[in-house]
Amino acid sequence: MVPVEYYLGLSIVLFSLGALGVLIRRNAIIIFMSVELMLNSANLTFVAFANQYQLISGQIFVFFVMAVAAAEVAVGLALIVAIFQTKQSIDVDQINLLKG
Amino acid sequence: MNLSNASASLNAILPLVVVILWACALLLVDLFITKERKGLTALLAAIGMLASLIITLARLDLEAVVFNGMVTVDGFSNFLTVLFLGSGIVAVALSYDYLKRMGLEKGEYYVLLLFTVSGMMLMAVASDLIVVFLALELLSIPLYVLAGIATPRLDSEESSLKYFLLGSFSTGIVVYGIALVFGATGTTSLAGIVDAITAGSAGMGLLVAGAAMLLIGLGFKVALVPFHMWTPDVYQGAPSSVTAFMAIGAKAAGFAAILRIFIQAFPALSVDLTPVLWVLAALTMILGNVVAIAQRNIKRLLAYSSIANAGYILLALVPYGQSDVAADSVASALFYLLAYAFTSFTAWSVVIALEQVEGKGLELEDYAGLSRRYPILALTMTVAMLSFTGVPPTLGFLGKFYVFRTLLEGGFPGLAVIGVVTSLISAYYYLRVVVYMYMREGEPQAIRDPWLYIAATASAICLVVLGIFSQPLFAWASQAMLH
Amino acid sequence: MIPDIVLFIILALVAVASAVGMLFSKNAIYSALNLILNFSSVAVLYLILGAPFIALAQVTVYAGAIMVLFLFVIMLLGAERLRRSETLPYQQPVSIILAAILAVVAIYALLFRPLGIEAASVANPDFSSPAAMAEMLFNEYLLPFEVTSILLLVAMIGAIVLTRKRQRRVQR
Repeated sequence: MVPVEYYLGLSIVLFSLGALGVLIRRNAIIIFMSVELMLNSANLTFVAFANQYQLISGQIFVFFVMAVAAAEVAVGLALIVAIFQTKQSIDVDQINLLKG
Repeated sequence: MNLSNASASLNAILPLVVVILWACALLLVDLFITKERKGLTALLAAIGMLASLIITLARLDLEAVVFNGMVTVDGFSNFLTVLFLGSGIVAVALSYDYLKRMGLEKGEYYVLLLFTVSGMMLMAVASDLIVVFLALELLSIPLYVLAGIATPRLDSEESSLKYFLLGSFSTGIVVYGIALVFGATGTTSLAGIVDAITAGSAGMGLLVAGAAMLLIGLGFKVALVPFHMWTPDVYQGAPSSVTAFMAIGAKAAGFAAILRIFIQAFPALSVDLTPVLWVLAALTMILGNVVAIAQRNIKRLLAYSSIANAGYILLALVPYGQSDVAADSVASALFYLLAYAFTSFTAWSVVIALEQVEGKGLELEDYAGLSRRYPILALTMTVAMLSFTGVPPTLGFLGKFYVFRTLLEGGFPGLAVIGVVTSLISAYYYLRVVVYMYMREGEPQAIRDPWLYIAATASAICLVVLGIFSQPLFAWASQAMLH
Repeated sequence: MIPDIVLFIILALVAVASAVGMLFSKNAIYSALNLILNFSSVAVLYLILGAPFIALAQVTVYAGAIMVLFLFVIMLLGAERLRRSETLPYQQPVSIILAAILAVVAIYALLFRPLGIEAASVANPDFSSPAAMAEMLFNEYLLPFEVTSILLLVAMIGAIVLTRKRQRRVQR
């Protein structure tokens, strides 16, 4: 049996990579994928701890995160399509997220 | 869950059920309302929220723990539910004419508004992190869409995308925080977390990390420095009626979550978290107020003002770990939220009255000479600015007064001093608006929409009258204890 | 039979490598494909962790539906070739340093500080059978389940509102 700390370590690495992606990439689609990576790493943590405690509630939470992620993706991609059609260009990376 | 149990549970959250069902029904009814008569949709949306508000007011002392402890109806949730529904109704009043002028009349606007209000109401009663998470999404997703409802206007779309990306980023952080809390305690219920902490079975390192991530994620939602950078652009780009509601509802809902989670579940962590809250509050007040001075665009100015106000609300939470102060913490935070809601709506309704198509009429210069041509608007704006600054006898003054008093009770005089000093700084940019309205020459243009005027003057009158007779209001906030 | 720990290490390496690949791909399609690989490897980890339902949901919902939607949009927009990412000059090194600090601190904390939690005393391989999950979902988690349905409805309305205008323009 793999100790839960290993899973936690893996999920922290994945989460950090996702957060890094949000911060350094300028392309809206890639940023969005990085967010999905972050949610995924949180799910891994949930399942690992659910197994550790033999509690099903951790897995139930993952189920809800997935449903929410699907809802977010629907809205987010619709938004990206809309903004692309307005600008008529592929430069979805022109939106400066950190302009104060 | 058997049937009678379920109906009792649903009865406890009846106002929420009414709003959700009403929104679904309105979605269908709206199909039969022609584009020229979208006012009817607005009216119906307001009626739905009014009905829910009446139900809430009729049973203000209701207390119940239902849905296996996932939902707690108590004074705290009732107070906030009233605040959210009231904000929703005012938002409809502000939206109706604005949408018509900007050519944005869409029936879905009001449906989405109802859904986001229902998300906020769910947040007020949530006492399990899973419900907190779902409520956060239920209130955010309609707001993302509402911010972009002016599509194909690019500034609205960009604002929406920015709000969406940073919003979902913060959701990711919140979810990870919840995962860590689950890992530390084996539960997501707030009561269960407390039990695990008292039983000593919780992994404290993980728990602190999880609590910190929850604070960061929710800090994005309520725009605490350094998680505020999305706020000015999003507030500026979104349609003003949406921004007004976002500035009040989303912030209040975020603080509802922070207050309930921290005061109910994490008092044991206050040794670690209070210094963090201290720094966050100080940074937020200082940066929000100082950067606001440089703003010439009124929407950006109010955006920075809303950031600064988040700092003042957070002040109330700093001494949350001291059990004798915690009650005052909740009361003063709720009271401040109420004062902030009234003040913001007053200011935003004037902004909406002056805004012209294509983002014109939003610079400070456009307010010059307002007192001569539109004395009522100028007067209401002045009241709002005074209340933001914290000049007695307005509600804003009392909000700050109670927050500072809580802070002194908790033994944080240094932070209270920072709060007072930043309030003085804020006087500069708030009163500059008044100076422009009364002492500069100009030809401002504003619309004369009865609903907007009613909303603006009524909330301005409330600011003064409730400020003078604030005792019952504060007593109500004080009773709004967490259970 | 391969021991779990070997499987874990292999899958973890794949997951991290694909995440890095997603992050630094110049082509958005490659990013999406890397992410699918990442999701799939995590799905296998879910199987090891005794979560068959979640593992399958991961493959069908995440790697399947969601990522296909992503790929679809990328190709629809023709956005696969990205221009060099424009970052604020100081931003990239700062974020990489911050991420490195986070990773080092986290690994240090994991290796040298006990988490202070204990495994459940009785291991029950069937604790997360799909039937058990369904029973939990429709009893204890009834309210969140219903809220999710509202959430999906809202997302549907939102997606339609945001993209509907194009048709009108065509009609004119």
